[in-house]
Amino acid sequence: MTDALLPNEFSDLERFAVKWCLATEQERYMERLSSSMEDMQALYDAVTARAEEAMVYCDKFPLDEMPEDALNLMRLLYSLVMVSFPVEVWGQPRIPDTGAAYLDLLVEPIP
Amino acid sequence: MARFPKPPEGSWTEHYELGTEPMSYEDSISPEFFELEREAIFKRAWLNVGRVEQLPRNGSYFTKELAVARTSVIIVRDREGQVRAFHNVCRHRGNKLVWNDFPKEETSGISRQFVCKYHGWRYDLDGSCSFVQQEQEFFDLDKADYGLVPVHCDVWAGFIFINLAKAPEQNLTEFLGPMVTALENYPFHLQSERWFYRSPVSANWKLYLDAFQEFYHAPILHAKQTPTDLSVPMQQAGFEAPYYGIDGPHRVVSTAGIFPWNLAPNQLKPMEILTRSGLFGPWDMPDLNFEQKPAGLNPAGCDPWGLDSFQIFPNFVILIWGQSWYLTYHYWPTASNQHIFEGTLYFVPAKTARERVAHELAALSFKEYGHQDANTLEATQTMLESRVLDRFPLGDQEVLCRHLHKVTGEWVDDYKRELSEVKR
Ligand code: FES
Ligand SMILES: [Fe+2]
Repeated sequence: MTDALLPNEFSDLERFAVKWCLATEQERYMERLSSSMEDMQALYDAVTARAEEAMVYCDKFPLDEMPEDALNLMRLLYSLVMVSFPVEVWGQPRIPDTGAAYLDLLVEPIP
Repeated sequence: MARFPKPPEGSWTEHYELGTEPMSYEDSISPEFFELEREAIFKRAWLNVGRVEQLPRNGSYFTKELAVARTSVIIVRDREGQVRAFHNVCRHRGNKLVWNDFPKEETSGISRQFVCKYHGWRYDLDGSCSFVQQEQEFFDLDKADYGLVPVHCDVWAGFIFINLAKAPEQNLTEFLGPMVTALENYPFHLQSERWFYRSPVSANWKLYLDAFQEFYHAPILHAKQTPTDLSVPMQQAGFEAPYYGIDGPHRVVSTAGIFPWNLAPNQLKPMEILTRSGLFGPWDMPDLNFEQKPAGLNPAGCDPWGLDSFQIFPNFVILIWGQSWYLTYHYWPTASNQHIFEGTLYFVPAKTARERVAHELAALSFKEYGHQDANTLEATQTMLESRVLDRFPLGDQEVLCRHLHKVTGEWVDDYKRELSEVKR
């Protein structure tokens, strides 16, 4: 388990880590657009169930000194937020009726 | 039945004497009118180009592309800490001075001087020319005559403004006027966590301003973003603002809010409950340490208060949320039917993972709404350009749209009048 991306306590979420532990909003948004609803529903169900524990876990560290595995857990929470619109609202990856419109996030807080 | 009292004249539109007849949108589709706007508005008004936090140290700089004025500007904090602006052009043979890789892309950084990529002339942070390559080859050249061309630059409440006029008619404070400057002591500086979005939009710049200065559209265009248990009653009620304000060329709309944490769970999205956040911002608000609430805020005294959206002429918006964060919009025209939209969100920096996740949902919600707004504009622009219709009825909740187009027309008329006086 040495190459695990997430903390031990969250090994049940490890199967989502490679695809969804992404550092920037732009990457997470692109991942959403290219993912199936089944994939996003699976992530949503699994991470929602552990979200409260994940926030408690991450809150043990100062934001600017997060160990890598806790940082990955944070990124998984960001991805949960990212897929919540397709899953809860749109029923599809893309915002309906928005054709070619895009709104790029060029500066965001790190982490 | 109005939920909020209207002014004694019966409507905000009549109160501000804006006329109630249907409106022309010719000013948003005519390339000739756009050419006039360049000169009459964007080369005369004070334009916000960013905030002082973007220049954290002496020597910090960023560039701003101003296609509407056919120039590029360098904004820099000099050795004395003063914020200055210069046209981004080398005095030797006119090369763009500061750029990286792509001459048309904006850049930022920190530097002790600016060096031209072409023949190596150098400029100090105060704009003075400090070095000419092979100076002895030139003819009676005095470096003192070849400093960068300054642009008028001033700072209000941490917002950096420039003015491209040779001699601005008003100083910045006069231009902003009492309604806007009443925000002076709002703690903008505490909210330094910055999220910057940009999007090219195929519509006239004023159409996007219109989309964000009326909320009449909100219960309809954005209906699907809220559970039906909330969106249906919202649609039935429609939107009403308790207050519209106008001061010179600037406008404000203030709205009543809701406490999302008091809504029934079936009126919220599960993710809002999980993260305690949403479009209106995080539910657990930071302490903004108001010594005294700025006089200009929440003019209708709403409790709960939703937001105040200050529309600062011509193309700058400061929107302050009741839930203790703010955002800005900029609309940078590039053609009569094109502009670059910029949205910047500002929060008190998250201290914990939980706060940071709450910001993530607020920011993503902004993006989901913004996409819907932007795409509608393209659909509007193309059909306005068909010229099938030339008059459009605007309701009282669209009073600020009326005002923007009126002020735009007045500035253009003033310019045309001055031009003809010069010719005579
Ligand atoms: S154009 Fe800048 S040094 Fe020649
Ligand atoms: Fe909208």
